[in-house]
Amino acid sequence: MNRIDESEDGVTVIRPSSGWFNLHLDQLWRYRDLVVLFVRRDFVSVYKQTILGPLWFLLQPLLTTVMFTLVFGRLAGIPTDGVPPFLFYMAGVLPWNFFAGSLNQTSSTFVANANLFGKVWFPRLTVPIAAVTNNLLTFTIQLVLFAACYVFFLVRGVPVAPTLALLAVPLLVLQLAALGLGCGIIVSSLTTRYRDLVHLVAFGIQLWMFATPVVYPSSRIPARWSWVVTVNPMAPVIEQFRHATLGTPAVGPGAMLVSASATLVLVLVGLVLFSRVEKSFVDTV
Amino acid sequence: MSGPVIQVEGLSKRYRLGTLSHQSLRKDIQSGWARFRGKDDPNSCVVGQRGAGLDSEEVLWALKDVSFEVNQGDVVGIVGRNGAGKSTLLKILSRVTTPTEGLARLRGHVASLLEVGTGFHPELTGRENIFLNGAILGMRRGEIERKLDEIIAFAEVDRFVDTPVKRYSSGMYVRLAFAVAAHLDPEILIVDEVLAVGDIQFQRKCLGKMGSVAKAGRTVLFVSHNLGAVRSLCSRALLFERGRLTFDGAVEEGVALYEQTFSGGQGIAPDARFTGPLQNDIHVDRLTCVQSGKPVSVLDPLVPFRIELQGVAKRSFQVLDLNLGVFHDGIYLTTCFDAPPEVALAQGTFCSTFDFPANVFLPGRYTIAVGASASIGEWTWAPDVAALEFADKGIELGVDRRRGVIVIPYAAERRQ
Repeated sequence: MNRIDESEDGVTVIRPSSGWFNLHLDQLWRYRDLVVLFVRRDFVSVYKQTILGPLWFLLQPLLTTVMFTLVFGRLAGIPTDGVPPFLFYMAGVLPWNFFAGSLNQTSSTFVANANLFGKVWFPRLTVPIAAVTNNLLTFTIQLVLFAACYVFFLVRGVPVAPTLALLAVPLLVLQLAALGLGCGIIVSSLTTRYRDLVHLVAFGIQLWMFATPVVYPSSRIPARWSWVVTVNPMAPVIEQFRHATLGTPAVGPGAMLVSASATLVLVLVGLVLFSRVEKSFVDTV
Repeated sequence: MSGPVIQVEGLSKRYRLGTLSHQSLRKDIQSGWARFRGKDDPNSCVVGQRGAGLDSEEVLWALKDVSFEVNQGDVVGIVGRNGAGKSTLLKILSRVTTPTEGLARLRGHVASLLEVGTGFHPELTGRENIFLNGAILGMRRGEIERKLDEIIAFAEVDRFVDTPVKRYSSGMYVRLAFAVAAHLDPEILIVDEVLAVGDIQFQRKCLGKMGSVAKAGRTVLFVSHNLGAVRSLCSRALLFERGRLTFDGAVEEGVALYEQTFSGGQGIAPDARFTGPLQNDIHVDRLTCVQSGKPVSVLDPLVPFRIELQGVAKRSFQVLDLNLGVFHDGIYLTTCFDAPPEVALAQGTFCSTFDFPANVFLPGRYTIAVGASASIGEWTWAPDVAALEFADKGIELGVDRRRGVIVIPYAAERRQ
C-alpha cells in the first residue's frame, strides 16, 4: 500500500497504493550500514555473558557431530559411504546448520521486531538479510574447524580426498543462503497471519533434517522413498557438499538443476509475500 | 527553498475493528470453505452479512480527511486528547503505517522520534547502540562517527559509554536515545510524546535542542501533552479531535481551545479498563481536577488542587475505600484513599474528593490509576484513567533547580 517515490529533489510521497511488489532495493543499498550493524549486534550479543564466549560457535557443531557419530554411527550403525563417520556427519551438520539457522532466525522477522517496525521505518529486508549474513559468518568460522578436523584425519592416514567440485562450493553456499532466506521470509510473512506456524517451525526444521541426507547417505534411501530426495531442494546441496569435500558419490546435474530452480522459486515467492506483508503488518500484528 | 515542506492532502486512516483475520489457519480454512459452499462464514462477526467488514460499527477512522501545509522552519505543535489521531498522523508521516486515503508530500530527509531508544539492544554498550540506533534512524556510519562526541556530550554519559545500556538508569537511557535522534540533522524532525520520560532538567535541554534545530531553518512537528512546552517552542498549533483537524493557527489560540475542550470536567479516558471482581459493582464515571475553583487540564504546581471522583455503587458495602494511584514514568509513586479503613459505602452515587497541597508534584506528566477495594479479594482497578499535567513555569523563568519528581517536606540546616 505504501508507495514511496523519492525523486531527485528529495521529495517523499506517501500514499495508499495497490502495488504488490516493491522492495525498496535502492533504499536497501542506502541502509547497508544498518545490515552490518545488525549482524554485529546479533553476533556479539549471542556470547555476551557466557564463559566460553565465541568458542560456542565451534563447540555447538562439534558436540552435534560427536552425538551423531555416537548415535547414528556407532549405535545405529548407518554406513557412511566409506568415509570416517566423524567427517561424514560434520560435512552434513555444518551446511545444514547454516540453512536451519538462517531459516529459523529469519522466520521471526516480523513477530520479533513488531515493536521496532511500529516505531521507525527502514527497509524491512535488512533484518532477514542480516540474519542470513550472521549465519554465513558462523558457517565460515565452522568451516575452519572442519578443515582442522580434516587435516587431523589426513595426518592419521585416513584415505579421504576432496574432488574438483570443491571449486563450486561457494555456489553451494550461495544456494544455502538463498534457501534459508527464501523459506525464512515465507514463514515470517505467514506467521503475521497464522501464529500457529511459530510453533511448527522448530518441529518442521527437525523433520526436514531427517528428510535430508544429513545423518545418512542418500545411497541408503530405498527406491520407493527416492522421491523425497527429488522434491527436497536441500538434499542435493548437502550431498554435493559432501562430494566436494569428502569424495562421496556426486549428485547428477539434473538433480542440481531442479534444486536450484526450486530455490529460485522459493526466494521469489518469499520476496513477493514479504513485500506484501511489510506494508500492512503494523496494523494487524 | 520555496513552497511548503510538508503537504498533507485529504489524509485518512481507517482501522477495522473486530476480526479481519482469525490468526489461525484452521479458522481461515473454515471460513474459506464456508464461502466456497455459499454458506455464512462461521467466524464472521455479523452473522448473515457477508462482506460486512466495512460496516460503520466495525470501522474506526483514526484520521479523517486531514489537510494542511507546513513551511520550512515552522515549529508546529500537535495537540489533542488521547485517541484524537495525533500519533496516527505521525506514524503515517514517518512511513511506519500507510494511509487509507489521501497523500502526503515531504521534502527532504525525515527523522522521526516516535519512541526513545527504538532498537536499543540491552547487551550492547552505549557507543555500539549509538551506531545501531543512528543507522536505524537512517544515518550513515560516517555521519555518526562525526557526531559521536557531540552525542555523548549531549547525553552526559561519557563515563558509561562503554557500559552495556542494560546497566543504565532509565534517565541515562532516555538521554542517550534522544541525543542520537536530535543529532540526525534532518530537514524535518518529527517528535512524539517522548519527553514525558526523563527528568525536568533534561526535558528542558531537549526542548532547547529542538528550538535550536528549528532556528537552523529546519521544520519540527511536535506532539505533546506538555502544553507549556508546546507554547514556548511552537509558533503554530494543530488541534485534533476524533481524527479530524479542528484548528490550525496560532499556538496560543490552539492551546487555549484545547484547554477549553476539557473545561466540562475531565472524563475517564475512553480506553481505561476496570478489572477485578468488583468491576460491575462499582462504576467510576468521572474524574475532575479542580484548581482555584475551576476544572483544569494543566495544573500549576504552585497552587493547591483537588481531584474529584464521581461514580455509582450498584450495591452497598460494609467496608469499601476508593483510591487513587499516582504514577510517573511507570513508577508507582503513591496511593491516596478517600476514607479511613473500615468505612461503609451505601448503594447509589458517590463523590470522593482528594485535596492536595501546593508544591507536591514537580512539573511533568503523571498518570492516575483508580481503584476500589472492599475486603481481601474484592477489588476493582484501572490504570491510566487520567493524566495530570503540571506546567513547567521554570521553562520561562529558568530558575527551578529542583530535580526529581515530587517534593517531600524536610528540614535542612547549615553550620559553619
